[in-house]
Amino acid sequence: MKKIKLILNTILILFVSISKSYSLVEVDITRGNLNPLPIAVSPLFQDNNSNTFFEKELEIKDIGSEISKVIENNLKQSGLFNPLSKDAFLQKPDIAHLKPRFEDWALIKSQALITGKVTAVNEKLKVEFRLWDVLAGREMLALAFTTVPSNWRRVGHIITDKVYQRLTGEKGYFDTRIIYVSEEGPKIKRIKKLAIMDQDGFNTKYLTLGNELVLTPRFNPTNQMVTYLSYFRNLPRVYLLDIETGIQEVVGDFPGMTFAPRFSPDGKKIIMSFAKDGNSDIYTMDIENRIVEKITNHPSIDTSPSYSPDGKFITFNSDRSGYQQIYVMKSDGSDVKRISFGKGLYGTPVWSPRGDLIAFTKLHKGKFYIGVMRVDGKGERLLTENYYQEAPSWAPNGRVLIFYRETKSNDKGEGFSAKLWSIDLTGYNERMVVTETDASDPSWSSLLSN
Amino acid sequence: MNLSKILKNTFLVILLSMVVSACATKKTAIIDSQIQGDVYTGTDTVEYLAKGVPDRVFFATNESILTTMSRDTLRKQAAWLRDNPSVNVVLEGHADERGTREYNLALGERRANAAKDYLMTYGVSADRISVISYGKERPVDSGSNPLSWSKNRRAVTVKAN
Repeated sequence: MKKIKLILNTILILFVSISKSYSLVEVDITRGNLNPLPIAVSPLFQDNNSNTFFEKELEIKDIGSEISKVIENNLKQSGLFNPLSKDAFLQKPDIAHLKPRFEDWALIKSQALITGKVTAVNEKLKVEFRLWDVLAGREMLALAFTTVPSNWRRVGHIITDKVYQRLTGEKGYFDTRIIYVSEEGPKIKRIKKLAIMDQDGFNTKYLTLGNELVLTPRFNPTNQMVTYLSYFRNLPRVYLLDIETGIQEVVGDFPGMTFAPRFSPDGKKIIMSFAKDGNSDIYTMDIENRIVEKITNHPSIDTSPSYSPDGKFITFNSDRSGYQQIYVMKSDGSDVKRISFGKGLYGTPVWSPRGDLIAFTKLHKGKFYIGVMRVDGKGERLLTENYYQEAPSWAPNGRVLIFYRETKSNDKGEGFSAKLWSIDLTGYNERMVVTETDASDPSWSSLLSN
Repeated sequence: MNLSKILKNTFLVILLSMVVSACATKKTAIIDSQIQGDVYTGTDTVEYLAKGVPDRVFFATNESILTTMSRDTLRKQAAWLRDNPSVNVVLEGHADERGTREYNLALGERRANAAKDYLMTYGVSADRISVISYGKERPVDSGSNPLSWSKNRRAVTVKAN
């Protein structure tokens, strides 16, 4: 666990030059991905000495090409870009990085071009890259980073974030990770472990051994702490885990089950449910001074709390009306209002990091939906329908949701699987997020570098 | 449209609906014998704390209300617990897979407590009963059908010592 390096040791931004206005290339992310932008990602060039060094250091041939593949894959998965086949490229990486022949790139219908160069500098990895507007024939962005060689995939993610931001006008979500529950074994005796991976499915690490049941891990939005539910010693309690040190501890001293934890947006509190005598209410605990506050007080089930990004409101799930519905209240528990009024049951509300929407799970007529509604409950939009899916988690830019989906078993219990899926807020670009094992309860981290 | 045509159509509809309902009856007959009002009444997964003392009670979807049959089972458990004062129990509450995980954890806790409360009213002391909810995490039947789900919506009394 210690090995999870979270901070890019040094990020040296050598030069930034952003050309403003009248650029032809831009991507509208408020609509679907019907016309992904054709983009060429040239392999990053490297000199012979650097090549030899990185091959020895990382046991990877042609690291420049590998980094470009990371970028290319990210862009493709976003659904907003169409990375073109490298076979069609006419210009060599080194020359292209110095001065692209825009006619050559326009010929293969590329509208944007990424070029770059990798060098070994004092045993470190230095990566320069440039983003070019092919049609306007000019440079849009140029940056350089220096880091330890083992961070090479992260460099690819950071470059993707910069490119995404330059072309869409919004922050990216590529230099991020997903924490989730890895699942194995038969349904009646499922083994569950906490697992963490890069957003693109690489660098999977298992944080628990599977000896006890673990559920619903969630990232702290401000640091590398995680909160989750563990059945350690058969006592279901909310835990706090530092994924850098591996140190974990029980949250609070509750005489019963605590569950459904999440952090406050400033990362200083944990909000969760505490169940006692058949009644679940919502509590917060301040991580620093350990002060516990009771937020709801109602003889119904109150669970799945999630703060608004400004910390002033909480959305949660309650069956106080008789069935599971979504509510919003002030963060002190006052002014409770029901916001879900559509047909069916509603659960797992999560406030968007942009503040304007609440994502949820809806159960109606035997189908499960992931949807979004405005914070006043209006404008409900269902993004995807399936046999079983739930628990959406927002990408830090509030444009993509990740959730899990289970398949139906036959009468012998065969055919069951649980997988992570992601979908755009537009309802387009639904895709499975590949994991080493079956997976559930995904939670998206904040951007690791900013 | 003349009357005879209407009559003919009506007749066809009636005939068709008879065929449909006949099929439906046949198919649900097996399930009906094991589910009453959405609550499992069979003995498939049931174990026994002692002879004639079933270890579990079942619930309707999203409910934690004890049925007449459940209350009968719990009275038997209470009597057995009174006769065996050294035995402590854990009440495990469970839900089926057709609900969100977090809500199901709360629902399992509510079901286990419904059973616990009933045992207490029949003279079993609260300090002999602990409660744990597994939500939908520990099904006994892994099928994805109404009968499997009904077996999984349960509160099970397990000997703790």
